[in-house]
Amino acid sequence: MTIKRRTLLAASAAAGALPLVTPLRHARAQAANTIRIGVLNDQSGLYRDLTGPGSTQAVRLAVQESGITTRGVNVEVAEADHQNKPDVGSTVVRQWLDRDGFDVIVDVPTSSVALAVNTLCRERNKVLLVSGAATSDLTGSACSPNTIHWTYDTWMLSRGTGGAMVAAGGRTWFFITADYAFGHALERDVSNFVRAAGGEVLGAVRTPFPGTTDFSSFLVQAQRSRAQVIGLANAGGDTINSIKQAAEFGITRRGQKLAGLLVFISDVHALGLQTAQGLVLTATFYWDLNDNTREFTRRLGRMPNDVRPSMIHAGCYSAVLHYLKAVEAMGVAAAKASGAAVVERMKAMETDDICFGKGTIRPDGRKIHPAYLFEVKSPQESRYPWDYYKLLQTIPANQAFRPITEGGCPLVRT
Amino acid sequence: MSDFWYDLEPFLQQGTLGLVNGAFYAILSLGLAVIFGMLNVVNFAHGAQFMLGAFVAWMLLNWAGIGYWGALILAPLVVGLLGVVIERTMIARLYKLDHLYGLLLTFGLALIIEGTMRNAFGSSGLPYQVPEAFRIPPVDLGYMLMPAYRFWIVVVSLIVCLGTWYAIEKTKLGSYLRAAVENPKLVQAFGINVPLMMTATYGAGVALAAFAGVLAAPVYSVNPAMGANFIIIVFAVVVIGGMGSILGSIVTGYILGVIEGFTRVYYPEASATVVFVIMAIVLLVRPTGLFGRA
Repeated sequence: MTIKRRTLLAASAAAGALPLVTPLRHARAQAANTIRIGVLNDQSGLYRDLTGPGSTQAVRLAVQESGITTRGVNVEVAEADHQNKPDVGSTVVRQWLDRDGFDVIVDVPTSSVALAVNTLCRERNKVLLVSGAATSDLTGSACSPNTIHWTYDTWMLSRGTGGAMVAAGGRTWFFITADYAFGHALERDVSNFVRAAGGEVLGAVRTPFPGTTDFSSFLVQAQRSRAQVIGLANAGGDTINSIKQAAEFGITRRGQKLAGLLVFISDVHALGLQTAQGLVLTATFYWDLNDNTREFTRRLGRMPNDVRPSMIHAGCYSAVLHYLKAVEAMGVAAAKASGAAVVERMKAMETDDICFGKGTIRPDGRKIHPAYLFEVKSPQESRYPWDYYKLLQTIPANQAFRPITEGGCPLVRT
Repeated sequence: MSDFWYDLEPFLQQGTLGLVNGAFYAILSLGLAVIFGMLNVVNFAHGAQFMLGAFVAWMLLNWAGIGYWGALILAPLVVGLLGVVIERTMIARLYKLDHLYGLLLTFGLALIIEGTMRNAFGSSGLPYQVPEAFRIPPVDLGYMLMPAYRFWIVVVSLIVCLGTWYAIEKTKLGSYLRAAVENPKLVQAFGINVPLMMTATYGAGVALAAFAGVLAAPVYSVNPAMGANFIIIVFAVVVIGGMGSILGSIVTGYILGVIEGFTRVYYPEASATVVFVIMAIVLLVRPTGLFGRA
């Protein structure tokens, strides 16, 4: 063989680090009167369908519907792929904030990336509107005067799905946890909830993220624990593979229950109702919930790959709409001068949009709105495309999220 | 059950499951080894071709009503033909150049194929059910319940791997192939169409990847990234087994699947890296790989 092994190894390493594509639109004149919005999320990996280009589409809709551009303010929207890697995300955000004069970063799924960007935005006094990331630390130990955590968080998921499973008699738990900030936070929050309700956590297994395809080894360990509930503290493609393989191994047929702690509508679509039916999940938005959410879905138009909007997409729309209201109220110059001032203004105003209805933003940066407990329909119950959920319970806004005193956010004590 | 058996249980469970993953590693690394051994091309598009196999199976089912068994034959043919086109129009032009060019070309192809599929089908993947014949209760092995379909994966992969090994090492056609690698001009002089043989070899290697893709469709999410998750590990398998060694890639594939399974019990966080740790150790101790000839 004449090829060098070293060449092959170097190339293998290079394949791991795919080229970063950042479609930046460079800053030019009129900068003083221009608001620059950067949508940072997963454009190519396992979270693409629930965030990705759909989030950008939702942000553009918010900009259009705010009408701010008709009143003489320029708004530019750019998007970038963080590949679920904190270092890649940080590099993009540094460029955006330091070189290109961006004012606000939106979405940022993948909690590890969101926590990194959270620090950057605070240091540079810009605005971070988190819709995609879930870790409740964003309004807890890592809370920031520059950040609003909009759509959902790990505490809310624990309260919703975890609470429902405990109420249904699931007292012993075993977790299959994605091994990064989000999985850890979700496992922690659900564990607290289970223990507070008198239940017991028998164990957990941490699965490498990203890049785990086969979950059968972990499922068999969960089965062996004899826990009544197997909690899936993962998301997107990981959840899909876990649920698909759990069905294959007949986990639920032997009496153990599967708790998908974070399930998105695109996951249900990918699993098919045959496999997904009966799953209980918590969300703050469902496209077919009421006339308003259907109207939002209609206005959003055709989404990439014909998916229906996820709660993350809805959150991006709602957050940017409210942000632009605050910008208009205080003036573009003042808004560009201080991100913290914009966030302060946003907290002082009541939120109102067709996705989440009326709501508020707490001092710790937590956006408050109701959450919904859904059950996935069976193939027989589903009557039209994407008719997937039936509503089990509405969790009122004042109960859906962690009480402000329990998060340990330093902003609250002062 | 005694304590001894209870302690041994996870070992047996993960060993058995590891064999299933090893089956995929074996088929994929076998295809790579065949292509590399015969064409001297490092086929980075192998993961994408694996993924295409799964997607073609889905398309056959949803667009043409052809089920799993038909797809097991047709999908490798379709994707293999695509491989033939790629070899004829692109890769064949690079044989005279440095190997890096082939590697870069196939890597670029992989990115294009995956990006195209992502744009067309999204990242969440598509549902593909376990075929009807295997929708029976899992088999009780005493220490675990094993879905029947996973047994099928292990059995069929063994048959395919051994069949390929036999074809290359023991048949007349295989001897032509190996001769053509050693001295293509001489073999050509004997009246054998070497370029055609190269094309067929690449097509067959790609078809193997697609075959593994069809096998994987019912157990893994059929999504554009499914091959990318595998391919880096599979390259490590090829390096550990010894570059271009057919038997080495097969044996190493199964062994590494099992070792990875054990890691998932005792130190799950490391299960994604253990293969590369082993690769580093093997390269230090035996630079030509476990089965490689110096």
